Amino acid sequence: MEPTAGLGHSGGVAVTPATEQAVAEAHRREWAFVLAATVRVTRDLDAAEDAVQDAYVSALTAWARDGVPERPGAWLTTAARRTALNALTRGRTLQTKLPLLLEPDAPAADEDGDVIPDDRLRLVFTCCHPALAREAQVALTLRLVCGVTTAEIAHAFLVSEPAMAARVTRAKKKIAAAGIPYVVPTDLAPRLDAVLAVVHLLATTGHTAPSGERLARADLAERALDLARMLQLLLPGEREVAGLLALLLLLRARAATRDDVLADQDRSLWDQALIAEADTLIVAALRAGPPGRFTLQAAIAGLHAAAPSYAETDWPQLLVLYDVLLGVWPSPVVALNRAVVLSEVRGAEAGLAAVEAIDGLDGYRYLWATKADLLRRLARHEEAGAAYREALCLTDNAAERAFLEARAHA
Amino acid sequence: MPQYAILIFEATPAAELPPEILAAHGEVDRKMVELGGKLLAGVALQEADTATSIRGDLLTDGPFIETKEGLAGITVIEARDLDHALALAKLVPIVRGGVEVRPLLGFEVLS
Repeated sequence: MEPTAGLGHSGGVAVTPATEQAVAEAHRREWAFVLAATVRVTRDLDAAEDAVQDAYVSALTAWARDGVPERPGAWLTTAARRTALNALTRGRTLQTKLPLLLEPDAPAADEDGDVIPDDRLRLVFTCCHPALAREAQVALTLRLVCGVTTAEIAHAFLVSEPAMAARVTRAKKKIAAAGIPYVVPTDLAPRLDAVLAVVHLLATTGHTAPSGERLARADLAERALDLARMLQLLLPGEREVAGLLALLLLLRARAATRDDVLADQDRSLWDQALIAEADTLIVAALRAGPPGRFTLQAAIAGLHAAAPSYAETDWPQLLVLYDVLLGVWPSPVVALNRAVVLSEVRGAEAGLAAVEAIDGLDGYRYLWATKADLLRRLARHEEAGAAYREALCLTDNAAERAFLEARAHA
Repeated sequence: MPQYAILIFEATPAAELPPEILAAHGEVDRKMVELGGKLLAGVALQEADTATSIRGDLLTDGPFIETKEGLAGITVIEARDLDHALALAKLVPIVRGGVEVRPLLGFEVLS
């Protein structure tokens, strides 16, 4: 089957819902692959995006006419590359825009080869280059790797569409002008940290909205899970990738009960298939070597998921995991979570002492909520009420407000 | 190969730089070449309080932008890409301060 991209003839072909669904599915599954392979031809992110966009548009009519191809990704890539090459031969001399992307180890022209190289990792590592600010990395990853529109990204991060468009444009311009290379880095480990941080940020933003009426922004969380699955497929030997994927699977498995605090969650609503999938990943990652931050976080989430009830949680084992986690990732938020576990092992008094020893979290609502809960357990009701009110001042999430208000007035 | 300026910001006055830092500066050129980079030019600046700034008709005694770590020098290099340029920039010895790597829009030696 031959692509007819760029010709744009829609005359006489009725686009059916089934075709639309096939194209939408290919958009979600194949966007990164198609764009990454097209960037190799254009060496210009904007030109590649335009060509890929065109390919999806022409797929609508072509697939309605000829049927959905066996390998939609290959069809779309061929179409996008052809459009890009046509545009290049027509317009390259007229283009006085940005320098071309640097691709030091580019093989001799593979444009018409049968095997399309999988360049998704290049795309990911370019979007998450440490010379770009984290917010730029996040925006670029969503736009270029996930194919999310600028309007949707702006909506998810509560900024105006022009502001998000400017952020994406500035980042693309920096990649070209500063010569950020379109390569998979040779020293992978430090660069992978940034990639994993971006995916994790998407997942956590997706699961706990900083404001608004709903606790979950399902689409961002869904994208994060897709990205983690893709990374696991492309970097099967990286333990922290497996750890992050497991962590996101567990977040997803428990998503139905996100609105309740852990002790009150209806565990029968948790997705056992996802929990089992995560468990396999965690066990393999732990066996393969000293665990990193994400593997440990996944192991912790996994222990919670394995407990038949809150009371039957293996708190001593959790405390061990938290101690190791604090070693590889010293962070006041980890220290706070460890304090909660400590209170379950050694009592509220010990937990409260640990919370009070934490520095630099006074603006963090969960610090006050935790403190309030521990004070309540110690029957220090007046201080507990004050702490609940402090936590209330710091949250604008409707579901959390309702919970804290109920507690503050209890 | 793309060209970059390495802007060197240093709080320690040149006269007070310890000998090992001065020696390291002398080595930078060779080390950059060893790493596959190319050194195109280098300038070392007198201290910021020797600067005179002009904005419109107004003369000001001092640097255009007052910073704790003043601009102390500029090295112009050629590198394969930003990753390479950053690796080369890390070779510049600093006592208190840091460096900024900026891609060049143009570079010309006029005489």
